[in-house]
Amino acid sequence: MPTSSSGLHRRARSPWYNYLFTALGAVWLLIAFYPVLYMLMTSLRSQQGFLLGTPWLPPLHPILENYLTVLQAGFAHYFWNSVVVSVVTVVLVVGCSLLLAYVIVRTRNRVVNVVFSVFLVGLSLPIQAAIIPIYVLITKMGMYDKLIGLILPSVAFGLPLTVLILVNFVRDIPNELYESMGLDGAGEFTVLRHLVIPLAMPALVSVSIYDFIQVWNNFLFPLVLTQSSASRVVPLAITSFQGQYTMNVPVTMAVVVLSALPLILAYIFGRRYLLRGLLAGFGK
Amino acid sequence: MQTGLNWKRVLMMLPAVLFFAFFALIPLVTAVYYSGLSWNGIGPSQWVGVQNWTSVFQDGTAGHAILLTVEIMVLSWIFQTPLSLLIGVFLAGEQKHRAVFGVFYFVPLLFSAVAIGVTWENILMPGYGLLDSLLQSVGIGSGEENWLGNSRIALVVLAMLIAWQFIPFHSLLYQGGAKQIPDSLYEAAKIDGANPWTTFFSITLPQLKYTIITSSILILTGSLTYFDLIYVTTEGGPGNSTTILPMDMYKEAFLDQSIGRGSVLAIILAVAGVVLSLVILRFSRFTQMESQLEGV
Repeated sequence: MPTSSSGLHRRARSPWYNYLFTALGAVWLLIAFYPVLYMLMTSLRSQQGFLLGTPWLPPLHPILENYLTVLQAGFAHYFWNSVVVSVVTVVLVVGCSLLLAYVIVRTRNRVVNVVFSVFLVGLSLPIQAAIIPIYVLITKMGMYDKLIGLILPSVAFGLPLTVLILVNFVRDIPNELYESMGLDGAGEFTVLRHLVIPLAMPALVSVSIYDFIQVWNNFLFPLVLTQSSASRVVPLAITSFQGQYTMNVPVTMAVVVLSALPLILAYIFGRRYLLRGLLAGFGK
Repeated sequence: MQTGLNWKRVLMMLPAVLFFAFFALIPLVTAVYYSGLSWNGIGPSQWVGVQNWTSVFQDGTAGHAILLTVEIMVLSWIFQTPLSLLIGVFLAGEQKHRAVFGVFYFVPLLFSAVAIGVTWENILMPGYGLLDSLLQSVGIGSGEENWLGNSRIALVVLAMLIAWQFIPFHSLLYQGGAKQIPDSLYEAAKIDGANPWTTFFSITLPQLKYTIITSSILILTGSLTYFDLIYVTTEGGPGNSTTILPMDMYKEAFLDQSIGRGSVLAIILAVAGVVLSLVILRFSRFTQMESQLEGV
C-alpha cells in the first residue's frame, strides 16, 4: 500500500499491524455503509423482487418506479415545505445571531454579559422540555398547522449554538481593525458589513449548514405542530408514507433516500464544507 | 470604537433576545405552571397543585423514565466513545485508503434520525428483515429474532442504532483532534522504539483529552433528546421498556392528553439539561471563552 512520504510517524514499509488496522477498518466500513447501500438497493426493487429476491444482493432488475410513486404522491410538495422552513429559519437564526454576537463581543456591559450567559445555559436545553407550552402558544397564536408555526420556535432553538460559534469567531477579529474603522467614523452597520461579515464568512457558512441540517431533520416540531398534508415536511412524510405503504418497503426506502437528497448532493459536491458545517464549532 | 451599550446596540440584540425569550424561556416558565394543572390541552383547566408531581413519582412513571434515560446515557457512552476514538485515530492516519474509508464512514451523517429509524426497523424486521435473513443463511439463531419487540433487549438494540447514527459524528471530532497532535511527539516515540500500543496510550490518548471531554458531554446531553428514532421504531415499547424521559413526556402530554403530567416530565428534562450544561461550562473549553470575554 503506497503511503505518503510526508507522514513522519508512518513508514513507507507497512508493519504487520497496519494490515490488521486496515482489516478492522474494512469491517467498520461494512457496518457503517452497508445499511445505506441496503436502503439504496431496496429502493430500486420491485415489490415482488423485494419479497422473493435475496435481500443482501443488488436487485436483479433495478427499477425507478418507487421514486415515481413517491413523487406522484405529493413528495415534491413536502420537500418544498421543508426547503421553505429550513431556508427561512437559517436566514433568521444566522441574521439575529450575528447581530447579537457582534454586540456581545464589542460591548462591555453587565446586561450584555447576562444575556450571553442565558444563551450559554440555553445551549443544552432540550426542545422536548419546552414543546408542550410551545404547542399551546402556537395554537393560541393561530399558527397551528402552518409553516410559520414551525419556523418561529425553530429559530429560537437554533440561536444558542449559533450565537456561541459566531461570538467565538467575531472575537478573533483583531481590535485594531475595529479601531481603524472607528477612526474613519464608520457606524455599527458599516463595520458589520465591511469588516465582520467578510471576515466571519467561513463561520457563517459552516453555521448556516449546521442550522440547515438541524431544521431539515427536525421531527418533534412538525410532529406536534402540524397535522395536514398541506404543511407536511420531509421527516413527517417519511412516517406518513411508511404508514400508508406498510407492506411496500421499497417505496418507504425511496422516501428515505429522497429525504436526504440535499445532504447527499452537498456531500458529493462539497464534502469539505458539509463536514465542517456538521462539526459546527465543536471541533475548534 | 466605543464599548458601551447604546440604543443602537440594544436594537441589534433585540431580535435574538425576543425570539429566545418568547419561544424558549417563557415556555419553560409556563411548563412549571402547567405542571400544576389538570388539563387536556383543549377544555377547561383546573389547578391541582403538586398532585401531578406526586402521582408521576408515586406511580413509578418518573422513576422508570429517569432510570431508562440514565441507562441509555451510559450505554450510549460505552458504545460510542471507544469506537469513535479508534475510528477517528484510524482516519487521522495518512494512508490513502483510510481517506477513502472515511468518505464512506461519514455517509450515515446525511440521514435524519427518522430516516435511520425507518431503515433499521426494516433491517431488523423479524423473519424476513435483512439481519434475520443473513443470520439464517449462515445458520445462526432461529432467524425469527424480534430485535425491537423483545422488552429485554429493545433498549440495548436502540442504543446500538443510536450509536450507528452518532459514531460518524464523533469519529469526525476525534479525527480532527488526532490530526492536531504534533508529529514531533510521534517522532520522539519512534526514536525510543515505542510500539503502536504504547504510542497510543502514552501519546494519542492523553493528547485527545479535550476531544474526549467535548465528545462525552455531547453524548451525555444528547442522550436527553433521543426521541425521533425511538418514536419511529418502538414508540417506547414493548410495554414501556424504552420510554425514556422525552418519549414518556410525549406520551403523557400528547397521547394521553395529560398536559400536567407531561409538564412534570418536561421540567425534569429541562433541569437535567441545565445541570449538564453547567457541567459543560465547568469542564469544557467554553469556560475559557467566558473568561476571555471579560478581558475584551
